[in-house]
Amino acid sequence: MDRTEALQARVLDAYRTGTPLRIVGGGSKTFYGRAVHGEPLALAEHRGIVDYQPSELVVTVRAGTPLAELEAVLAAQGQMLGFEPPHFGPATVGGAVAAGLSGPRRPFAGAVRDFVLGVKLLTGRGEVLSFGGRVMKNVAGFDLSRLLAGSQGTLGIVLEVSLKVLPRPPLEVTLRRRLPPERALKAMAELMGRDLPLSGLAYDEPFLYLRLAGMPAALAEAATDLGAEPLPDGGFWEALREQRLAFFTEGTESLWRLAWAPAAPNPDLPGRWLLDWGGAQRWLRTDAPPERVFAAADAAGGHATWMRGHGPDDPVFQPLPPPLFKLHKALKDAFDPKRILNPGRLYEDL
Amino acid sequence: MLPRSEMIRRLRAILPAEAVLTETEERRPYECDGLTAYRRVPWLVALPETEAQLKAILRLCRDGGVPLVVRGAGTGLSGGALPLERGLLVSLARFDRILALDPANRTARVQPGVRNLAISEAARPYGLYYAPDPSSQIACTIGGNVAENAGGIHCLKYGLTVHNVIALRCLTVDGESLTLGGAGLDGPGYDLLALLHGSEGLLAVVTEVTVRLLPRPAATRTLLAAFAAVGEAAEAVAAVIEAGLIPAALEMMDRPAIVAVEDYLRVGYPREAAALVICELDGPAAQVAAEAETARAVFERHGAFQVQVARDEAERARFWQGRKSAFPAIGRITPDYYCMDGTIPRHRVAEVLAEIARLADRHGLRVANVFHAGDGNLHPLIMYDAAAGELERVERLGREILELCVRVGGTITGEHGVGVEKLDAMCHQFGGGELRLFHAVKRAFDPEGLLNPGKAVPALARCAELGGMHVHHGRLPHPQLERY
Repeated sequence: MDRTEALQARVLDAYRTGTPLRIVGGGSKTFYGRAVHGEPLALAEHRGIVDYQPSELVVTVRAGTPLAELEAVLAAQGQMLGFEPPHFGPATVGGAVAAGLSGPRRPFAGAVRDFVLGVKLLTGRGEVLSFGGRVMKNVAGFDLSRLLAGSQGTLGIVLEVSLKVLPRPPLEVTLRRRLPPERALKAMAELMGRDLPLSGLAYDEPFLYLRLAGMPAALAEAATDLGAEPLPDGGFWEALREQRLAFFTEGTESLWRLAWAPAAPNPDLPGRWLLDWGGAQRWLRTDAPPERVFAAADAAGGHATWMRGHGPDDPVFQPLPPPLFKLHKALKDAFDPKRILNPGRLYEDL
Repeated sequence: MLPRSEMIRRLRAILPAEAVLTETEERRPYECDGLTAYRRVPWLVALPETEAQLKAILRLCRDGGVPLVVRGAGTGLSGGALPLERGLLVSLARFDRILALDPANRTARVQPGVRNLAISEAARPYGLYYAPDPSSQIACTIGGNVAENAGGIHCLKYGLTVHNVIALRCLTVDGESLTLGGAGLDGPGYDLLALLHGSEGLLAVVTEVTVRLLPRPAATRTLLAAFAAVGEAAEAVAAVIEAGLIPAALEMMDRPAIVAVEDYLRVGYPREAAALVICELDGPAAQVAAEAETARAVFERHGAFQVQVARDEAERARFWQGRKSAFPAIGRITPDYYCMDGTIPRHRVAEVLAEIARLADRHGLRVANVFHAGDGNLHPLIMYDAAAGELERVERLGREILELCVRVGGTITGEHGVGVEKLDAMCHQFGGGELRLFHAVKRAFDPEGLLNPGKAVPALARCAELGGMHVHHGRLPHPQLERY
């Protein structure tokens, strides 16, 4: 159902009165980010697939469409979202784009933003604008569509998004190999440097997990070559993506995400580690103070996110250097001059 | 704005004398980029080679209210590097060092003036390469690739520049240094890394680019399929995708292009074909072998009267030689041609090509088509004779073709950028609200409008004609480059 007009009226009203809005999709990722103090603006009714041509590899969807529904429609045509987004509950497509989180396939297929081709968005001024399009290549105008991926609704409300989709691989198999943690990074770097049909590469002590995707003959060749034990199913990857592995569910320490140079050693922080994305995304369970984690990430040219265990007003995302933060504020001002869209969700004062 | 003489004096305090070009003859080489229809000898040219110099130049320009255009190799096709009448032209050609090549992390950190192909050459000993391969890759620089979000033949599978860069260091117009992206696969905050790609030098000046390197494909298989009708070829292209394949390249040419190429080079394309499709698959050997069989079956099922699979590297090179020589082949048979760059949804290729032919007929002009069929990126080449006063008709046809692209749900530029050339077409693609937000984003980075003013985003008042790449007697400003 197209609820553009009603949503636009709400935003125009909020713009006039300066009322902050808390944008709500499926409510599955409320934990991700700082708390927003504002009136809820629900997107759930603005749903439905607007256009889907499998041979175009493009689908255009309204933001409130349940992610699971979209994935089922794509699967029926032998296609999928290449960025393999986590759900964490009754997720919507708009929420998945706004959160900008990608699953285990990311280093092999791309991130959310890599698949965003175009958006229809509702700005903080209540304007409905369209950027990008439904084609793979488009360099007309600034790429404001990709900018919205991961912006957590602070720049605009994604009403509709056109996403590139991918064919599902004919076959996927999961292999694992026992490996001491001190050898994991080197093993992953070696595998990533070869032309293998990988679609997942993670280390959850004491095992290195590999997912291979492709034609059956190619997988047989690669599997023999890798000499690892095949697992009966690929349940590991969904459990990893949805944070249901024991690493995530056991213990009380906070959960951090570190985006990291894949071959670089772990920083000197206390706690337990799980490595995904061939080492480029690392999960850390720790009670270390946030300043310490942020400082360690910064020192290595990476960045940290306090995913779970933070308070509503704690800093969640890596603090930005002042010139970069100034630019963020200026951009926020361009899209949402009265700061009514999810204020404070990413950073205080944004 | 500072007077020229004062600007020269202050630039000389920042740069060695030989790095400030003041004489007309030294400035002339910078008068245009690959779009030679637009030329302007720059007011002044600066050739910095360190970030400190660049920073000082930016501060000088900001304090003096002097606008500036920053350029790379000047191979762009939309006039994005056209100099200003009163403004500084900064060439980053001297930022030409590969700073770090990190095989374990599969990245290369390079200065913006490094040539695209030089990165793959440096990575080769490690079995790695940089995937985006614009046709100008032997000359174009990575800084320009970022500014234009350059594509290439293989972007169907490997993506554009934006998909292959993980971090940028850049300077704001205030001379402040920013790092966007990071050592992992993403950065904190807004995705300014994505925003900078394709921003055509309007937002910041890139001083370092960290690109992602990929393992070289273990195997490559190239197919050449010939069809008796354009519609069949277009359907076959869609069917390849529907069969679950993502070829590294999926290219198409129509009969006027095939005939021009055969007359020129005799590469062995079937002259009787109405359309040819080149399909290249790469990856692990067993995977590629299986995919090539699937592709062959799809082409045969969709009416290809001939499907050849390259038996060796020499034959593969021959398949490609014709496709990559199509522009010069057209240049041989017509005094002038005009190259368009629209992108359309793939399923409308046959219909759009037929409509282009109909429009061309109406204007009494001939059009040849060679294009990236896999991602719907068309390059109609309109043949004409400028000396016979045909340019105006060509521009009308070009405008109609771009309007057609927008009407079927496509875009006015797939990979060449807006520059000065498609400013008017931008008005056709975007409404006032969108353009206003583009200007607001520009102001967020550059409140005074000093970085490459007058490019990429039209002023709201402006709206009229469309344009294209104008080539006279097949002479491109970089004649050594293949264009495809």
